[in-house]
Amino acid sequence: MTPTLAVDALSVHFGGRVAAVREASFQVQAAECLGIVGESGSGKTQVCLAAMGLLGAGARTGGSIRFEGEEILDRPAATLNRIRGSKLTMVFQDPMTSLTPHLRIGTQLAEVLVCHAGMSWREAEAGALRILDRMHIPEPQRRLRQYPHELSGGMRQRVMIGMSLLCEPSLLIADEPTTALDVTVQARIIDLLRNVRQDTRMGVVLISHDIAVVASLADRILVMYGGRVVEAGTTRTILDLALHPYTAALLRCVPDLRHARVERMPTLAGQAPSPASEELGCAFAPRCPRASERCRSERPLLSEQSAASHQVACHHPQSS
Amino acid sequence: MSAAWRLRAQPAALCALIVIAVLLTLAMAGPWLTANDAESLDWAHVAAEPGWAGGHWFGTDRLGRDLFARTLEGMRMSLAVGLAASAISLVVGIAYGALAGYAGGRTDHLMMRFIEVLSGLPLIFFVIFLTVVFGHGQYLLFLAIGAVGWLTMARIVRGQTLSIREREFIEAAVASGASSARIIFKHVVPNLLGPVIVYATLTVPQIILFESFLSFLGLGVQEPHASLGTLIAEGAGEMQAAPWMLLVPGGVLAALLLCLNVLGDGLRDALDVREERKA
Repeated sequence: MTPTLAVDALSVHFGGRVAAVREASFQVQAAECLGIVGESGSGKTQVCLAAMGLLGAGARTGGSIRFEGEEILDRPAATLNRIRGSKLTMVFQDPMTSLTPHLRIGTQLAEVLVCHAGMSWREAEAGALRILDRMHIPEPQRRLRQYPHELSGGMRQRVMIGMSLLCEPSLLIADEPTTALDVTVQARIIDLLRNVRQDTRMGVVLISHDIAVVASLADRILVMYGGRVVEAGTTRTILDLALHPYTAALLRCVPDLRHARVERMPTLAGQAPSPASEELGCAFAPRCPRASERCRSERPLLSEQSAASHQVACHHPQSS
Repeated sequence: MSAAWRLRAQPAALCALIVIAVLLTLAMAGPWLTANDAESLDWAHVAAEPGWAGGHWFGTDRLGRDLFARTLEGMRMSLAVGLAASAISLVVGIAYGALAGYAGGRTDHLMMRFIEVLSGLPLIFFVIFLTVVFGHGQYLLFLAIGAVGWLTMARIVRGQTLSIREREFIEAAVASGASSARIIFKHVVPNLLGPVIVYATLTVPQIILFESFLSFLGLGVQEPHASLGTLIAEGAGEMQAAPWMLLVPGGVLAALLLCLNVLGDGLRDALDVREERKA
């Protein structure tokens, strides 16, 4: 069966020297939720922008991205517009800035249906009303006539998610959908995404630097570091049997509220590698407690581990 | 809505708006306001002083034409030229500027160099050239002034577009599969209307002044039609014997320009605040 999204050896370069993504490969199956975690600069957002055809003019790409079997990397906008916004949609990080300020909510929602589904404005308005209702937005009729600045952040992110679901996409890419929201709203948005997935059986790519958010929603988790995939596996495997020292460190950074004892938050020393740096060995080696001479000279390759579909790129995986 | 409220809070701009409305109404209703029309000659009252004699409230010119009626006609003509030429420069400037700014790169570069070449041409020479080739006519005047007026508008629109293009909602619109044309006209242009409206209100008086200047030189509106510029030119000739021939049209022109400028400033303040509040 063709995977919904198949990314193969994708690399994204800016200005020749800066490598934001280095040979990343992964797949998203139909109705699967894949979480991508990593620090700022690990290349997780660039992967998505490449899939949506939103990379800046200076970007050069390599590899391939196939959506339902069709190559979509570096296709002209006219080709991409047939699928993006309808079959393949994206929710952005900041709901405060991703709605057009001078258009009513109803108009913005209806526009998507008019453009992609060829509906009349009247039908599209009805569709917009239904989607707001599904997003559990109170008084949807009134919201349709309001402008974005009249809505709260959580409400706006619901509108954005609703907009991305209007044409029943087969894949939704959510780039840090909750990062700009406060914690209580964050939990509700995650709930909403979970419900939506159950109803629609669409695939989701959820990007976050917060492994807790990802773990609560994803079937599989992909850990990125320095533009490369360093570990991939099912959520259970990653949480319980993380092999890469970086994944283990990320997991240690999640505060555990069950222990009342006040202690210092564990942090990861050092800085994420600059995308401009030339890599020789493992990108994580300078910060890795287990790094050896081999890690600094020879780059570890992503390889299958004992557990099914668990891959890790490390010379000295954490013994499980 | 809220911009209208803030405009109301500015007494100067509000007064200007009222004066403009009154002048505009007078100009439109001109032919019905006075028994005298702008072209008929009253030999009984040649170069008459302002007064009630013969219904010539503002006096007559040296051919005995009613100055009140002629001033109203001149105002109508000046406003028409100002508005039409502004409309031309608005439409052309927005389309050209938004296209250049949104396309960016080489296209933007070429389009902006073209504007620079055009704005290097001496304006008066350009208008004289056009009138020589195509003959006099008020429509030509609209076109000639509008053809030059859009240059600055296009620059302003391009600058605004460049900054709006980088905002996140444009990226979101691209991601939802909207075509470039739809993004430009539905998501970019309405967002830059604030500064554009302000600039347009300030363009109208500039164009009226320019038209008056051209008419004063004899390049603009031709007899028997009148514009404020031709009336002032006539009046300037009789300045010592019959000062009202200069003062009436001159006063109207000054009032009109002052009010349009004050209104433009008021609008700028009213619209600017909205931008800050939304951000």
